[in-house]
Amino acid sequence: MSFMSWIDARYPATKVWNEHLAKYYAPKNFNFWYFFGSLAMFILVLQIVTGLWLATFYKPSAEEAFASVEFIMRDVEYGWLLRYLHSTGSSAFFILVYLHMFRGLMYGSFREPRELLWIIGVVIYVVMMATAFMGYLLPWGQMSYWGAQVIVNLFAAVPFGLGEPLSLWIRGDYVVSDATLNRFFALHFLLPFVLVGLVFVHIVALHKVGSNNPDGIEIKNDKDENGIPKDGIPFHPYYSVKDTFGIGVFLIFFLGVVFFWPDVGGLFLEPPNFEPANPLKTPEHIAPVWYFTPFYAMLRAVPNIMNSQFPGVVVMFAGILIFFLLPWLDRSPVKSIRYKGNLFKWALGIFVVSFIVLSWLGLQANTPMNTLMSQIFTTLYFAFFLLMPIYSKLDKTKPVPERVTK
Amino acid sequence: MNKWWAIIALAVALVPVAGLAAGGGVKLENAKIDLKNHEAIQRGGKYFVNYCMGCHSAQYVRYKQFTQVGLTEDDVRDNLMFRAGKVGDLMTISMPPEDGSRWFGAPPPDLTLAARVRYDGVDWIYTYLKSFYTDPSRPMGVNNTVFPNVGMPHVLWELQGIQDPVYRYDVHDEDGDVAESFDSEAKAEAYLKQHEGGRIERVVDHLKLVTPGRLKPAEYDQVARDLATYLAYISEPIKLERQRMGFWVILFLIFFSYVAYQMKKEWWKAIH
Repeated sequence: MSFMSWIDARYPATKVWNEHLAKYYAPKNFNFWYFFGSLAMFILVLQIVTGLWLATFYKPSAEEAFASVEFIMRDVEYGWLLRYLHSTGSSAFFILVYLHMFRGLMYGSFREPRELLWIIGVVIYVVMMATAFMGYLLPWGQMSYWGAQVIVNLFAAVPFGLGEPLSLWIRGDYVVSDATLNRFFALHFLLPFVLVGLVFVHIVALHKVGSNNPDGIEIKNDKDENGIPKDGIPFHPYYSVKDTFGIGVFLIFFLGVVFFWPDVGGLFLEPPNFEPANPLKTPEHIAPVWYFTPFYAMLRAVPNIMNSQFPGVVVMFAGILIFFLLPWLDRSPVKSIRYKGNLFKWALGIFVVSFIVLSWLGLQANTPMNTLMSQIFTTLYFAFFLLMPIYSKLDKTKPVPERVTK
Repeated sequence: MNKWWAIIALAVALVPVAGLAAGGGVKLENAKIDLKNHEAIQRGGKYFVNYCMGCHSAQYVRYKQFTQVGLTEDDVRDNLMFRAGKVGDLMTISMPPEDGSRWFGAPPPDLTLAARVRYDGVDWIYTYLKSFYTDPSRPMGVNNTVFPNVGMPHVLWELQGIQDPVYRYDVHDEDGDVAESFDSEAKAEAYLKQHEGGRIERVVDHLKLVTPGRLKPAEYDQVARDLATYLAYISEPIKLERQRMGFWVILFLIFFSYVAYQMKKEWWKAIH
């Protein structure tokens, strides 16, 4: 009896290996856009590993946090490298996930039968944002402190007398303080493992329905005599070897930033965050980190109604949560952008431009011109989703081929 | 598909990272520092402990850091530490922050990260050190064009000498734009009488050395540059080492990606 059959009699090792790797058939026409899922998983692992190492030296207290980060940067062997990997990793994680989501938008990866797969993905995105938000407080610099202050105060805008108790409950104090830092650290340590669990569920859902592809064709509908999709190839070794190459190229860019430009001109590491948190000194200009700025711009686009910031808060969260509805908004007979008409292409183009412009606006100071632009691009952002049932139906589509194309 | 690439590339290009740079009115001078110049770092460190450390700490750096730029532990102990202690000690100060608040209006900030706390922090430090001028309305008798109403006295005045401000009178039109500038208030008022609306603003046009210091201007510039170099160095001592290491890492990754690509090509030969 071989070693593997001994294991297999007690644990489905070979079965799992085959189902998810060696005999998981993925479409053979994946293109550039299909690298980002595996890269995002890679960076999640990197964040957990570097984060664990950092946590062995970091001190989650208002008195010591800032100094402990500088201790890591200066006195811990390769502490600077761990810290830059982690700080660059958080921005890279968002870039990869945004590209991964854009891929889904282009090729209709959220369409039936992948609705649940998409929804799990959006849950991952939301948990990721929570993780990043809490992690950003930990260096305890001025931007960490005041960014958290602004965001937690948003919860105070909830009406019916619930807002104040809610924000107090989140902070554990009347202002962001030592108590807040301690709980944010605890949650920042916990949530990545929740993410790992969600990623597992995401992949289970993916392997149930099978991968979409740039043509938006269901390869399972055309199988050969052995029951293998004609356009499918086993994930391992074909895509494992391809993704290895992808990781190499990604690391050239990623480590290029880590080693040569870790602050990215103040975008990944903001200069004001090199000043320790000071509750008595409000910075002139508070902006969240770049990956939150599109939603921050939406918040600022909405005027206060009856002295309440709540409508803005609702719009901001709606900007994130609206992704959940996507599977039911697209009425096009085809999935992929390759066979959709110009209406969809324009809509997607406008959406991408709106997202990028809003990211930029969220970093800028408030001026009447910027507010007006935020309002215009927030409207366009939502129009992409809300008008989709109309334009996706009117759109002139092209016939979809039987088999995947190059 | 190319069309879409073009659109995305254009949109990304539109995000002006440059727009993030803090606009602090005064144009900063390029400090032209060289982190490879260990003598400059040593000199800057000497000025720092002599002129700055009375009030400013560098509490995340150890004195021992100087041994990374060519000094021995004995050099450090004998010339740069003015109190008993170990070379492994952090560069803290004994002035309590409350006293700093009482004497200067705000506690003098720790300077470990002074070069990183602002966009163009190194140029800021260099220009700041050169931009003190007499202003009798201020408690310390001096003001600074880079940091208006700063609470700090000009501790390097002995070296630089004393600078007086030369004012300029800007006439703003109704939109707030500068319409015309004059070298005297009378001329500006005469202009304003002829043109409707607007207001006059007095600004420091440039500074004039009225009492020479111990150093010639070029020598003082070098002092400011050395200090900027030192502060840039301690803000991230690992910087040059990180870049040196990065070169080999990237070189390896290019090789790795090439091998991975060849492997992928080999496997995928059969797939059409």
